[in-house]
Amino acid sequence: MRREGSAFQGLGTVVLKELSDHLTSMRIIVIELLIVLVAFASLYGATERLRDTTQEDPFLLLKLFTVDRAPLPSFIGILGFLIPIVAIGLGFDAINSEYNRRTMSRILAQPIYRDALLLGKFLAGLATLGVMLLCLWLIVIGYGLFALGVPPGTEEILRSLIFLGIALAYCGVWLALAIFLSIVFRSAATAALVALGVWLFFTLIWPMLAQFLAQLIAPPDLAYLLRGLPSPDTVEWQQILARFSPNQLFGECVLALLSPTTRSLGPIYVEQLQGAVMGAGLPLGQSLLIAWPQMVGLVAGSIVMFVASYIVFQRQEVRA
Amino acid sequence: MSDPVIAARGLTKRYRNTVVVDGVNFDVGRGEIFGLLGPNGAGKTTTILMMLGLTEVSAGEVRVLGQDPVRSPLEVKRRVGYLPDSVGFYDQITAAENLAYTARLMGIAAGERKSRIMAALERVRLQEVADKRVATFSRGMRQRLGLAEILLKRAEIAILDEPTSGLDPQATHEFLEMIEGLKRESVTVLLSSHMLDQVQRVCDRVALFQGGRIVLLGKVPELAQQVLGGGYLVDLDVTTPSGVDLEAQLRTVPGVTAVSRFGQFRYRLSASRDVRSDAAAVAVSAGGALTHLAFEEASLDAIYTRYFQKQAAATGGTRDAA
Ligand SMILES: Nc1ncnc2c1ncn2[C@@H]1O[C@H](COP(=O)(O)OP(=O)(O)O)[C@@H](O)[C@H]1O
Ligand SMILES: [Mg+2]
Repeated sequence: MRREGSAFQGLGTVVLKELSDHLTSMRIIVIELLIVLVAFASLYGATERLRDTTQEDPFLLLKLFTVDRAPLPSFIGILGFLIPIVAIGLGFDAINSEYNRRTMSRILAQPIYRDALLLGKFLAGLATLGVMLLCLWLIVIGYGLFALGVPPGTEEILRSLIFLGIALAYCGVWLALAIFLSIVFRSAATAALVALGVWLFFTLIWPMLAQFLAQLIAPPDLAYLLRGLPSPDTVEWQQILARFSPNQLFGECVLALLSPTTRSLGPIYVEQLQGAVMGAGLPLGQSLLIAWPQMVGLVAGSIVMFVASYIVFQRQEVRA
Repeated sequence: MSDPVIAARGLTKRYRNTVVVDGVNFDVGRGEIFGLLGPNGAGKTTTILMMLGLTEVSAGEVRVLGQDPVRSPLEVKRRVGYLPDSVGFYDQITAAENLAYTARLMGIAAGERKSRIMAALERVRLQEVADKRVATFSRGMRQRLGLAEILLKRAEIAILDEPTSGLDPQATHEFLEMIEGLKRESVTVLLSSHMLDQVQRVCDRVALFQGGRIVLLGKVPELAQQVLGGGYLVDLDVTTPSGVDLEAQLRTVPGVTAVSRFGQFRYRLSASRDVRSDAAAVAVSAGGALTHLAFEEASLDAIYTRYFQKQAAATGGTRDAA
């Protein structure tokens, strides 16, 4: 059945309204201040460590992202941890709050499709996260200039910008999940708790579970075990399973892009290192190639979650 | 009716295995105020949701302005205004900002928006609080703001779900007057309510719902005629000397269709005309002392209650016969 009119009628209006809600919302401002604070702390830690090492490094700026100094985690460590929280904070009450405020039927009685409302909320959330990431990126680059006195090279800028895009895709996965839960659960508190539960599962439980399951599927080989080495089969399975977690995908992408010396995201066999110049960075294209499947995985993950939301929302009765 | 703007044919809504709206048929003519009335849970809201494509139709069909709300939702929603049951607004922004958002969704040109919003707010007497946050609004004000949204849209049909529930008598009265104002602008109004007596005054025609079906449909005086046997009710309190059968004598008054007696003194007459003076004359000439005489046009409540008494009697009767 063909529908009349454009599915995107009213989309711009919804995006602008939601965006202004986000940018003036106390909740979001508090979360973002928190992130900026932690980001500064981790950058401070990183510069202290980078000052200690006198070694020449062509990618000094990228090190700002990845280097940590205990007890502070690295900048990307913090992002990987906090992005899901912010995304969940933006999305967990996207749809159910309209029901609970009893505005949903009034809005959907206007000449727009539900598509526009849902997509508008998703895009506005993504834009908010994008603005936040861009600010953080500028902070890192600016801090690098001031604290280390190194002007960033073209490739560093390029790599860090691509990293920004990947971080946004990572945001998208969690935002889409949060919006999905906001459709399924009428209570915002339930949606938030379930979303945080999923996040906790992927950050804490799944890595352990992946290891455990891998050992079940491919029991360690005695030959390797005796030499105190992990069995290749087990490691491979563990990695396959771990990659079901968006956190893992994000981590691998970041590793490939921000640490140019990364040659592979899986176990490396000695044969593969033949002819390799140890310690030399890969060109950007090669790094991208390594992380390509992971990037696609992140984007696909957000699309799948969004489509699921769309299907559920489209059929929902609007009685409020 | 030459030109129905809303037409429902065998409209049905099922949730799993419970039928909530059961094969409903009705037409609403242009410029009419049509009431969907009935107790809570009778299926009024569900019927409205199906007209707006906000819930799926299980069987049958509904046409709004000649369009199928499922196939052409935008066209229908462009021309129909909807005030949901206990309507909500974004509390943290002002009344005018709330309307500005929906005005953009309606596709009203930027240049026109402000003047149309102010005009609509003025019509519902909210112009003074246009820049106040909606969080401070009373229920009556929210209800009026919802009506302003329909005015802003210049809707051809206004669908109002329980517009007066939860309002105090004064606010109810004002709101009903605004609804009559819509009619003067030849806007078709479909309103639902469980307060039958409250809205009967403004409705041209009503459909009485019960358990998902329309049990009575028509103009209020016609229904009164049909169900009560008359459009008027007269209550008499008469103390009669013993041995006088006043009930039988009252029955003989021309125009009286039914007499029922409540307690010792109270007689209730249903009549097709105003029989007050004749009835009083009969009571007095029978030697009674008339202490109270009241007259009312048939209320929908009375019609509704009486209808179900009759139904119960009829089904009870057949059961006895069986
Ligand atoms: N999602 C649902 N699933 C099952 N039954 C429902 C659902 N929504 C409403 N109902 C039932 O449908 C009936 C009619 O509801 P409604 O149309 O809101 O009545 P009204 O507006 O006349 O008070 C009620 O008995 C209600 O319990
Ligand atoms: Mg209702």
